[in-house]
Amino acid sequence: MSPKPSKTASEQLQAIAAWPLQMFFRLLDIPLRGIQKMGGIGSMPYVFLLPNLAFFGMFVIIPLFINFGFSLTGGTNLFLQDRVYVGGEQYSFLFKCENYMVSATCQEDRFWKGIFNTAIFVLFQVTFLVIFSLITAIILNRKIRARGFFRAVFFFPVLLSPVVVALIWKWILLRDGILNAFLVSLGLDKILFFVSPEWAMFWAVFVSIWAHMGFYTLILLAGLQAIPPDLYEAAEMDGTSKERVFWRITLPLLWPNMLVVIVLALIKGVQIFDEVYVLTGGGPGTATQFIVQYIYNTGFTNQVQNFGLASASSVVLGVVLFVLTMLQLAATRRRNNG
Amino acid sequence: MADATAHRRTIGTLLTARRGRGKLHWTDIFTYLYLAFGILLMFGPVVWLVLSSFKTPAGLLEFPPTLLPLGQISAEVEGYDKPLPIFRATLEDGTEMELAQVRRIGIVSQMVDPANPDQTYKVPISNRTPVREFRIASENYTEPLRKFNFGGYLWNSIIVTVVATAITLLINSMAAYGLSIYEFKGRNAIMIFVIGTLMIPITVILVPVYLVVTSLDMVNSLWAVILPGAATPTGVFLLRQYMLTLPRDLIEAARMDRASEWQIYWRVVLPLALPAIAVLAIFSIMWRWNDFLWPLIVLNRSEVYTLQLGLNAFQGELDVQWHYILAMTVVTLIPVVVVFGFLQRFITTGIASSGMK
Repeated sequence: MSPKPSKTASEQLQAIAAWPLQMFFRLLDIPLRGIQKMGGIGSMPYVFLLPNLAFFGMFVIIPLFINFGFSLTGGTNLFLQDRVYVGGEQYSFLFKCENYMVSATCQEDRFWKGIFNTAIFVLFQVTFLVIFSLITAIILNRKIRARGFFRAVFFFPVLLSPVVVALIWKWILLRDGILNAFLVSLGLDKILFFVSPEWAMFWAVFVSIWAHMGFYTLILLAGLQAIPPDLYEAAEMDGTSKERVFWRITLPLLWPNMLVVIVLALIKGVQIFDEVYVLTGGGPGTATQFIVQYIYNTGFTNQVQNFGLASASSVVLGVVLFVLTMLQLAATRRRNNG
Repeated sequence: MADATAHRRTIGTLLTARRGRGKLHWTDIFTYLYLAFGILLMFGPVVWLVLSSFKTPAGLLEFPPTLLPLGQISAEVEGYDKPLPIFRATLEDGTEMELAQVRRIGIVSQMVDPANPDQTYKVPISNRTPVREFRIASENYTEPLRKFNFGGYLWNSIIVTVVATAITLLINSMAAYGLSIYEFKGRNAIMIFVIGTLMIPITVILVPVYLVVTSLDMVNSLWAVILPGAATPTGVFLLRQYMLTLPRDLIEAARMDRASEWQIYWRVVLPLALPAIAVLAIFSIMWRWNDFLWPLIVLNRSEVYTLQLGLNAFQGELDVQWHYILAMTVVTLIPVVVVFGFLQRFITTGIASSGMK
């Protein structure tokens, strides 16, 4: 920014690109300087915070309270003043079940099916996600060639959009896809993966692990690298077996990070929607319909948009997430305190 | 990384030597098998997508599929309006010829010799195989952009990503500046408030945010996608942590020079916080480009679709045109791959240190 006698081409280019930005900030200086004169420096932090907090208020905090309001009303109107107060009716509708273990006996069986599906999904997804992330992190932490490359190999799907991830796998899993071609070449029959409920759930779990594993691997890898190497050296000098080193040194010292990873994976897993929605559409039937898709369907796609019911079920989801987040905070505190 | 002594070893010992003992532990074998399988499993699907995206619709229908995009050769034959597909056919007397197929009747194919159009043959379809050459179907990429408004979707995605990221960077850095530079009443309360919003994902407040957006008359406009997610708690937090590490003397010195607070913010602190801002910019671009659930709710008209929505709508149609979908999936994937290629280190260290994505 300081004027030099001769500028390189790239510096000139930067100056041209930065010009509108500079003008923007300069113009804003005029009113803001005025505010500073009137209110003093003490008023400035509020000025700086205002836009961001206004956005938070408008799109997070106010909606959070409206959500409760919505969940206590009925009817199909969107605007609150046109809606009928029904008290806890939406909740009692959601929770009306003869037998909570069998979703078909519930009044709103799609809600319970969504909850059961989400529970099964989360159970398998989080378990195998953590196991594979751990194995991958341990392997990437070894003395291997081209570690940066391999780290990228496992990490890059994290950046792909859920739609892209789903379409990549859908293309592989189709009836005449390459996986079925492989099965046929082995002498097996084709499998219609999206017609069988079990296979659809399996691939929902598999694809979401494929897409998100790199993220958790990275956190665990950072945790592994923070373990002091002299511990391993001491163990090697004592002739401790590798298995023992893993159970007695690696895992205990990595445990705080593992906790964080488990809870983060739980929080994300409960909210599963995008990839699976594009991959299976929730099907076959409702076999892979999860709780977020239930909210989406109820509030936004059905002929009758039932905002009250959608809100009530998202309040239920919110309570679950709140509990999980509290767990996460506890886990993080434990990690930071050692 | 290779050991320091690696260069003194021969290739053979180099491949087997681990941990300086020359003995291969089972974990070493497992490591390399795992990594090899990892490459196949992680890269394979993407490579398959890219290869498939260059195939013609006919090529995509083939089972078992071919690895490379191959197209059947066709030839103009005198006396026929359209180019005819070429097959290698085995005739009854056992001779093999390259023939053009005129029509197919049941299991019999009526064929003609391209060099000698008067001579026709009847060949059972089991005795003919298509003659193919390596051919890239680039029309998979150009046609959707022209015919199906994918150009518009691409443009919408770019607008959303750029505008939203600009707004996010501005308001988040302002808030972070306010929270890191000043001592003021209510600072801790605001900080807790910011972290609190971290706990409220969009999935929990879909309906009321939709109400807010409708009240603002923004449904089916790109603003409905841009604004609700513009203030990110993660962004504020990340930038504040970074700004806390900046030396206070600089700010005091600028105040001595009678710089206004706004000037200190954009001339002193912003340039110094550039590394953290870059990390947030990468995150924001990623979030916005890949955003799906919220756009799905507020954008219902195809003129305002983003790429993700366009792809989803296209794959949900009854007669799925996979040749277009695959190509457009590749287009959607390219910016992410480019960004990742250049900024891999930035992204991975950013995630590892902040634990977010």
